Amino acid sequence: MTDFSSRQTRFDWSSRAYQDLIRRRRRSETYLRGAGLASIILAVSFLGLMLAALFSTGYKAFTQTHVTIDVPISAEHVDSADIFGSNWRRVMQDAVAGHFPDLEGRALRAAGEILSNGAQFMVRDRVVEAPEMIGSTLSITVPVSDPFDQLSKGLVDRQTEEANRRVTDAQIAAFDKLAQEGRISAPFNWGMFANVDSRFPELAGLKGAFIGTGYLLLVCFAIALPVGIGAAIYLEEFAPRNRFSDFIEVNINNLAAVPSVVFGLLALSVFLNWFGLPRGAPFVGGLTIALMSLPTIIIATRASLKAVPPSIREAALGVGASRQQVVFHHVLPLAMPGIMTGTILAMANAIGETAPLLLIGMNAFITAAPATPFDSATTLPTQIFIWADSPERGFVSRTSAAILVLLAILVVMNALAIYLRRRFERKW
Amino acid sequence: MTTLAFLVLFAAVVVGYALNRAAAAGIKSRQSQMHSLVGFHGAYAALLVGLPGIVLILFWLIAQGPLIERSVMAGLPTAATAGLDSGALALVLAEITSIARGQIFGTPEEWKLAAAETLNARNASASMALVVVVGLLSVALVAFARSRVSAEFRARHGVERIILGLMVFCSTIAIFTTVGIVLSLIFESIKFFRMVPLHEFLFGLRWEPQIAIRADQVAGQGAFGVIPVILGSVVIMMIALVVAVPIGLLSAIYLNEFASPRARNIIKPVLEVLAGVPTIVYGFFAILVVAPFLRSSGAAMGMDISPNTALAAGVCMAIMLIPFISSFSDDALSAVPRALSDGSLALGATRGETMLKVLFPAAIPGIVGGVLLAVSRAIGETMIVVMAAGIIAKLTINPLDTVTTVTVQIVTLLIGDTEFDNPKTLAAFALGMLLFVITLGINILALRIVRKYRELYD
Repeated sequence: MTDFSSRQTRFDWSSRAYQDLIRRRRRSETYLRGAGLASIILAVSFLGLMLAALFSTGYKAFTQTHVTIDVPISAEHVDSADIFGSNWRRVMQDAVAGHFPDLEGRALRAAGEILSNGAQFMVRDRVVEAPEMIGSTLSITVPVSDPFDQLSKGLVDRQTEEANRRVTDAQIAAFDKLAQEGRISAPFNWGMFANVDSRFPELAGLKGAFIGTGYLLLVCFAIALPVGIGAAIYLEEFAPRNRFSDFIEVNINNLAAVPSVVFGLLALSVFLNWFGLPRGAPFVGGLTIALMSLPTIIIATRASLKAVPPSIREAALGVGASRQQVVFHHVLPLAMPGIMTGTILAMANAIGETAPLLLIGMNAFITAAPATPFDSATTLPTQIFIWADSPERGFVSRTSAAILVLLAILVVMNALAIYLRRRFERKW
Repeated sequence: MTTLAFLVLFAAVVVGYALNRAAAAGIKSRQSQMHSLVGFHGAYAALLVGLPGIVLILFWLIAQGPLIERSVMAGLPTAATAGLDSGALALVLAEITSIARGQIFGTPEEWKLAAAETLNARNASASMALVVVVGLLSVALVAFARSRVSAEFRARHGVERIILGLMVFCSTIAIFTTVGIVLSLIFESIKFFRMVPLHEFLFGLRWEPQIAIRADQVAGQGAFGVIPVILGSVVIMMIALVVAVPIGLLSAIYLNEFASPRARNIIKPVLEVLAGVPTIVYGFFAILVVAPFLRSSGAAMGMDISPNTALAAGVCMAIMLIPFISSFSDDALSAVPRALSDGSLALGATRGETMLKVLFPAAIPGIVGGVLLAVSRAIGETMIVVMAAGIIAKLTINPLDTVTTVTVQIVTLLIGDTEFDNPKTLAAFALGMLLFVITLGINILALRIVRKYRELYD
């Protein structure tokens, strides 16, 4: 004992060497802490940078520059017997000429490029609806074409040399003249939600993608939820512990780790080539995504079935219910909020799935919203993929805007899942 | 017509349910002792009628199209089809079906119009036959179910047996899916390896999946050596891991040891948001921000960097992997028994020393398992690389060069191409097979490591 204490007194706690050691240890502690904090800040700032980049490029796509023009619907060009097939291009040329009386020939045509390519069809549809308009002048607000939308939003630098710009000086002058007359406006871009896809950015919208995604989710939900619940109930409540149920569980866990593109290959060779289902249909996409979300739903369902206390089962068995009655009358209703939360999260994952849908042809350019789940369609992510690949400048901001819409949907679904969990969570 | 078949079936289900229920109720009113509740008698009839009907309709629909097409093709005049190979025959069939749908381009030959008419006629009669068969089957099953209603009949047992069978079927869908994946990959890969020898695929150093459009085309011979493609996947995966592992690990260490519970409750969900972002968003981020940034900083240093660098794809993939690695490492660190860290702290070690010298070594197996799962994710990830990486296979490990990956090749080979008799499309399935085997192997290894380590402390 004395030996021990004498050794201790020999150690000088206030020695310089010891103080240095302490300082060094504290410093490395601070370093580790700082490195941890820095990496968290880095990870979060990646998220911030990504959102900032998407917002800064995407917010401009939520407005669309429009121009209000007076279109003389002359009986000379519009045939009242065949309004639909009349020479609408000519009608629009006259309208542009009316606004720029001092331009002619090529300069007039250049000024006509201000209008979107779809303007003539908008005028046509209005006149088809109200044929009595023929002979009068129609004042209509139509989108401007993409280069002028960019110009109006300040994305085209007027200082660059004319040859490097997509709009000429004369066109800018014509556009400014319209702006001075107060004909240029930039209302909210409803077209982005109400229009179908188009080669022209100013006309392209997400309607087809919304409906396609809706059908896809519907099919996925209708298949994955009952099958997932059935499988989970069997594995959790009825399955005997044997090789067969072990094999099923191993399979489910492995499926959760299979890359999504492999599911696309499965869909391509089984659903499309063997079953002969239609290419690019939301039904096939829904089937594929349902197979992919099954493991998630099964795992979530099993967890919430496990959370129901055994006393409930014992009480129900005690008053004479059969084992299935116990499950379907008592356990399942109590587990339902948890199951729904897990399913909504699985569906939120399913919405963003892209790769398997590319392989079954859901990235085709389609200018009609699907009427049934068996028609070719796009979904939100595949539409984003198409737009991201398009060379027109206007599609950059539209892609960002479409991503923002997609992220907003995901946020809503996750918030719904969290709300359900909070609202119905029960501690036994 | 299909809708009509479903309607007939639905009507039969309702009728069966109502009949059996009414019959059971009748017995019950006369005689108080019945084995099963009235509702079970009805449900028994409904299930007995509905299930075989649905199975029949689905199988019929799957079989009908190919069978009728085959019979129509067999009925074509031999003079017209003589000497055509399978591709040309498929074209003829496509033309006939589009004529049958009423889309006529140009002036097709007489026999094609006739074949289209036969196709329509046979389709119509097959649909008619489906409705009739479903109707007859339903009537028979309704009658059978009705005949079984009696006081002693154990309807509840019947219903429960059927429902148990359905649940077993649901859980075997996972097996069917795995079997479907494996079989479809194997079948198409075998077709591919008949055209391209296996050793050339596995050890070839050139990947140029072009095929000759004409037989005499210059450089028409494609090369299907998978090494450069796999190397590309590995390069991008390594870049992603080099960025994501330190960041994810340090985040986990901070969250686990230094962060206050309140900070933890805020930071963890924010990191989980990163995990919930669809990967196509990362891909677009790569081409919108990361690639131009690399390009301009390369230009500032006098280097010409291509827009599809491995680095841009790797960095974006790393962002995707950070939450994955950090939550896995966090779990592994939390799973180390508290006694170990308490003991270390009691001996006077600082928190940092406890973390680095006690907790971290103890958690290494779990962390390695997590990193391995991240590796398999990085190799299987598709959308980021499809958008940000290149499509030309190069045998290089330079992160500033363009590389391609297994998943990119699968997608590019299959987009817009539906012909299944050339090595170009079939190569995608061989690549898919390779991808499936690699990721499955890594996953099994990772789960085994994690499980072994868990047992250590249990």
